Amino acid sequence: MSTKPKIPTIWDIPREELFAPGHRMCQGCGAAILMRHITKALGKDAIIVEATGCVEVTTTVYPQTAWKHPWLHIAFENAAAGASGVEAAIKAMKRKGVIPKDKKVKVVAIGGDGGTFDIGLQALSGMLERRHNVLYIVYDNEAYMNTGIQRSGATPYKAWTTTTPVGKVWRGEWRPKKDIMGIVLAHRVPYAATVNPAYITDLYMKVRKAVEIEGPTFIHAFSPCTPGWRIDPALTVTVSRLAVQTGVWINYEVENGEFRVTTPVPKRKPVKEYLRLQGRFRHLTEEEIAEIQRMVDEEVERINKLVGKTVIGPVVE
Amino acid sequence: MAGKKKLPLSGNTAIAYAVKAADVDVISAYPITPQTTIVEKLTEFVANGELDAEVIHVESEHSALSAAVGASAAGARVFTASSSQGIALMYEIMFIASSMRLPIVMAMATRALSAPINIWNDHSDFMAASDTGWVMMMAHTNQEAHDDIILAYKIAEHPDVLLPVITAIDGYFMSHTIEPVEPIEREEALKFIPKKVTWSVLDPDNPVTMGPLGTPEWYYEFKRQQHEAMKKAREVFDEATKEFEKVFGRRYEPVEYFMMDDAEYALVAMGSVAGNVKAYIVKEARKRGIKLGLIRVKLFRPFPAEEIMEVISNLKAVGVIDRALAFGSSYGGPLYGDILSAAYTRGVDTPIVNFVAGLGGRPVTFRDIKAMVDATLALDGKTRKDVPKEPYFIGVRE
Repeated sequence: MSTKPKIPTIWDIPREELFAPGHRMCQGCGAAILMRHITKALGKDAIIVEATGCVEVTTTVYPQTAWKHPWLHIAFENAAAGASGVEAAIKAMKRKGVIPKDKKVKVVAIGGDGGTFDIGLQALSGMLERRHNVLYIVYDNEAYMNTGIQRSGATPYKAWTTTTPVGKVWRGEWRPKKDIMGIVLAHRVPYAATVNPAYITDLYMKVRKAVEIEGPTFIHAFSPCTPGWRIDPALTVTVSRLAVQTGVWINYEVENGEFRVTTPVPKRKPVKEYLRLQGRFRHLTEEEIAEIQRMVDEEVERINKLVGKTVIGPVVE
Repeated sequence: MAGKKKLPLSGNTAIAYAVKAADVDVISAYPITPQTTIVEKLTEFVANGELDAEVIHVESEHSALSAAVGASAAGARVFTASSSQGIALMYEIMFIASSMRLPIVMAMATRALSAPINIWNDHSDFMAASDTGWVMMMAHTNQEAHDDIILAYKIAEHPDVLLPVITAIDGYFMSHTIEPVEPIEREEALKFIPKKVTWSVLDPDNPVTMGPLGTPEWYYEFKRQQHEAMKKAREVFDEATKEFEKVFGRRYEPVEYFMMDDAEYALVAMGSVAGNVKAYIVKEARKRGIKLGLIRVKLFRPFPAEEIMEVISNLKAVGVIDRALAFGSSYGGPLYGDILSAAYTRGVDTPIVNFVAGLGGRPVTFRDIKAMVDATLALDGKTRKDVPKEPYFIGVRE
């Protein structure tokens, strides 16, 4: 599968909006940008199953909804299980002739990092292992933002949250972020990718690809939270882009085991440029920033080894 | 329909035969004793091409019910089954399934709850589900267990109801005990419960948002409507059982009365223990001239308060057998709690006493039933003020 797909431009993205404005998401919310473009990439023929979380509570305040897709929310930890049920039902009803065999229905589960890395991990593993034809998308804002910025398994090293506060003893989160992509890839899924709201065409292409591939597919989306990360709502895309330019976030895809970085970064910026825009990292000392830089360098080296060449370059001040 | 072929079926197998006859589309379940053989039999049917259904081999009961909710929301006829800890793990989603008004049917082979871990029978799991918004029935023969599945889909999918239904049997005492059962065939089952989607479903051609956020401005109205749906479930239960009798020749009532016509005293019971009580009435009580009868509660939610009170109001004294315990409550056993509040609101003064028995599979013997009968008879001529404030714990080492 090494045929190069046509790289889409912004003009290839449909103008039609399937995610209505007027929802209650925060100004500058990264997940809002993600949902708008994910729904465009999915097209109309999809059923979305959403985990409890920011996106769920802000988009479906009864009697209003932002969703033009059929949309289901059950609870926090079971988006993958609910989506498994939807997919199985469609399969059975198509086979039994209840719904037309050629009717296109894609099943997509969406959850936050809490609903995916932590409380929903078991249901996700089950869904992936049973090979359901479902695309699972996690919007990762790196903490329990819906309940007010509590740390999750996705919270990065040294980040301040309300449950990893900076005090006389604690210096924010002291454990590194969970490797959710590693966990997903251990299930030998046919397709898994990372996306970032500053790279919309890359996101568009990956969602389209993931939803067309038969079997369980997974997308890990970088999702800045303006109140949680303590960032200026005008800087969501800037911070997102800096995450890629510093190597904190790497856009890649793994298709049938083949690893490919989709946003190469020949010259990296220092992580400091990413960290300094965010209040959750304001307590960091020069030594702590240097430690984070070393951790990012190590991850970049690991990725370059996987690719077999330097796709993410060295830090250039 | 009389004279049809009967098969020797365990309670669990009888349930599986009915689920097959109902032509379910999705089966989502996780193994747990003593329910497991229901799903084993169903997967055997699917593996042999006797039933065309998707089987979701979920990784937990929580996901079993979550996937059932997803499948039902997509328009499939769905079945799941569980027991004990599995019901406890499903608990969160049980409220959601009923509030989303999805007609899921779940069979429960009742079993004690941990700790200590115990795979044997009592009603702790069933009673823990009593306020989750599901219609709940409990059978006491394997034929009834079989028929209840067909009745359950009839009630659940009725457009005035749209609630999930639990059909329970006693673990081991029924789930693993063989009785002659006349199975309902697929064709006749589907005439009684045609495959018709009567609820809102997920469809890209007609998109709906299901499971939204209900603010204080709206939440209460959802709950109020659920209360009404539960009341409707009672009407539909009566219609469905009447129609069922016409088609299949077997009559079910929300409450079964045994030797109650001339009874002066009664025991109230649910599930298999009712069989022991019946035997005791015939073999012991009546022979000794005690005018004892049995009131067996089949339909537990919605609770058939009217008919039970109508009968109880004419009796000298009544004993209620609970096979579960509501710790720290003002009553003791959960069934007793329902009976007491029904008596109060209907102005029934009959003294009613509570017996807790058979927890964790402890057998309820004739000696135990005799103790209950003696304590009930002792209330003859007394008022409700004389009723012990604590339940009698029958058959326990103190």
